Amino acid sequence: MIKKNWMYWLFFLALFLAPFYLTEFRLSLLGKFLCFAMIAIGISLIWGYTGILSLGHGVYFGLGAYCMAMYLKLEASGGRLPDFMEWSGVNKLPWFWKPFEQPVIAISSAIIVPVLLAMFLSYFTFRNRIKGVYFSLLSQAIVVVFVTLFIGKQEWTGGTNGLTNFSTVFGFSLSSPLTQIVLYLLTVVLLLSMFLFSRWLTRSRFGRVLVAIRDSENRVRFLGFNPTTYKVFVYSLSAAFAGIAGAMFVLQVGLISPAMMGIIPSIEMVLWVAVGGRSSLIGAIIGAIVTNGAKSFFSENYPDIWLLFLGGLFIAVVLFLPNGLTGVYQSVRQRKKQGEVRANEASSHVLQRVSRF
Amino acid sequence: MKPVLMCCSVSVDFDGFYALQGADLKVYPHEVRFLIGPNGAGKTTLLDVICGKTRASSGKVLFYSHDITDMPEHKIVQLGISRKFQSPSIFHQLTVWENMELALKQDRGLFAVLRAKMSEADRDMIITLLQRIELLDYADQKAGSLSHGQKQWLEIGMQLIQFPQLLLLDEPIAGMSAAERERTGELIHEIARDCAVVIVEHDMDFVRRFSKQVTVMHEGKVLCEGTMEDIQQNEKVVEIYLGREEKAC
Ligand SMILES: Nc1ncnc2c1ncn2[C@@H]1O[C@H](COP(=O)(O)OP(=O)(O)O)[C@@H](O)[C@H]1O
Ligand SMILES: [Mg+2]
Repeated sequence: MIKKNWMYWLFFLALFLAPFYLTEFRLSLLGKFLCFAMIAIGISLIWGYTGILSLGHGVYFGLGAYCMAMYLKLEASGGRLPDFMEWSGVNKLPWFWKPFEQPVIAISSAIIVPVLLAMFLSYFTFRNRIKGVYFSLLSQAIVVVFVTLFIGKQEWTGGTNGLTNFSTVFGFSLSSPLTQIVLYLLTVVLLLSMFLFSRWLTRSRFGRVLVAIRDSENRVRFLGFNPTTYKVFVYSLSAAFAGIAGAMFVLQVGLISPAMMGIIPSIEMVLWVAVGGRSSLIGAIIGAIVTNGAKSFFSENYPDIWLLFLGGLFIAVVLFLPNGLTGVYQSVRQRKKQGEVRANEASSHVLQRVSRF
Repeated sequence: MKPVLMCCSVSVDFDGFYALQGADLKVYPHEVRFLIGPNGAGKTTLLDVICGKTRASSGKVLFYSHDITDMPEHKIVQLGISRKFQSPSIFHQLTVWENMELALKQDRGLFAVLRAKMSEADRDMIITLLQRIELLDYADQKAGSLSHGQKQWLEIGMQLIQFPQLLLLDEPIAGMSAAERERTGELIHEIARDCAVVIVEHDMDFVRRFSKQVTVMHEGKVLCEGTMEDIQQNEKVVEIYLGREEKAC
């Protein structure tokens, strides 16, 4: 077991040790990518394992991020009204902002709010047996609704600019390198926990029910399972992952705006998973890191061609790599193994011939 | 004796086309009941109504004393009715063993499944059943890689491991070799020691060889019931069904 999985452990070890070998700037980039990797794990669970394609995970990410950002904004305002509210002529903190002065409430909301929305959406669609493209479209519609709402209600949400200009978290300065390293390490710990939990899920009987639902949902019903319960659970779990990712993202990036939860980011999230290999959890993590790494490389060096590259990547993956990078790795390993077997067979043939003489 | 299953004048309306028009059926414990009839007679639809896949527009379906007419599919299964579909519907991406594992009679609630562990008894049961359907050697293979006949057997095995009280089989021998058919016929009679079986079959030789009670359906209704000999005497049946077959020969 340990022997077989040494690559995973090496990978996570490398992540833990990153503060020692990456510059501050690169570390904060990596921290951001790892937040995206959390979302990718969730999407792999629902899409890769269960066959539910959600094009709306930007919303769950955004809601988690806004919950955390509201707390940071209030802390930065030090008892006064947040700046953007003053600008738009609000003179009293709205009632629903009030609880976010409490860090416990803000942090738990970053999980609970996305989960409640996901449960609501998935329960009513899956119970009514709405599947496939119809569900994907519906999840996109939710994105449009939320983005419009968040832009429109500027006095409550900061509008297009979103929430930014934070200073401290629990009294620690967000700009201090030490705080950033602690937040980075916390991100790695959370990512590792999500990975291990999801791995346990997918390897249990529960995971087989998910794959069975992907294969033939009706058949699952006729074995006495209610697929709706399973789909709602796994969909809400992925929303929880996205919410946590949003909260950690805001802490490290210091900004959340409606553009980050919109349709394009939501589709990109699916793309990360497609690149990594959708039915592999580690593949999803690597896909998120590689795609976003490429994105920042291109936007640093060739900002104009990033979108072209993204489109090209998507086409390449769909056409040539249905199982993503993980699929490539697996087929290379298999070929190598077959090669070894053939070599062994060949040598034993030789031996047999030799021994005949 | 109380019937296991009672269908009382069941009708099914597909947007104005009545696939069933008041079908009645009673099945008793340990019975193997064959359903025959020309294509489009409504045999599959009747099984669909019993297992909840299709809803009756009128009429009632009783399982012992439970009214299952409007019950969700998974609840009907949990009561003890299991269904094998016309085209083998197993989980291709799972191994043979995993297919059997999901089919085990178990608490299918989410949290029960999250905590589920394979007990010794379950393991033995799967092994015994896999031996019975001759798939033990294939336990670790993906079900998608099995031959057509093996898929049919796997699906039958997945029904058996649920220990149903009523088993519904839709054309289980389609695509099987002669030897496989023979073995399936025997298997069905072994099964009937523990439960009632309703089986739709087209192959008249198979019906002749393995049936006791046969129900003939025609145009959404039950035309008549009896042994194969009785039925062959029935003029109406000869006219609509057997006659046509004989003529064709
Ligand atoms: N979902 C459906 N919608 C419309 N018509 C259907 C549907 N399913 C079956 N039918 C029709 O109902 C009739 C009975 O079909 P079926 O029960 O499959 O017959 P059998 O199994 O006896 O050959 C056929 O004429 C078929 O075309
Ligand atoms: Mg049929």
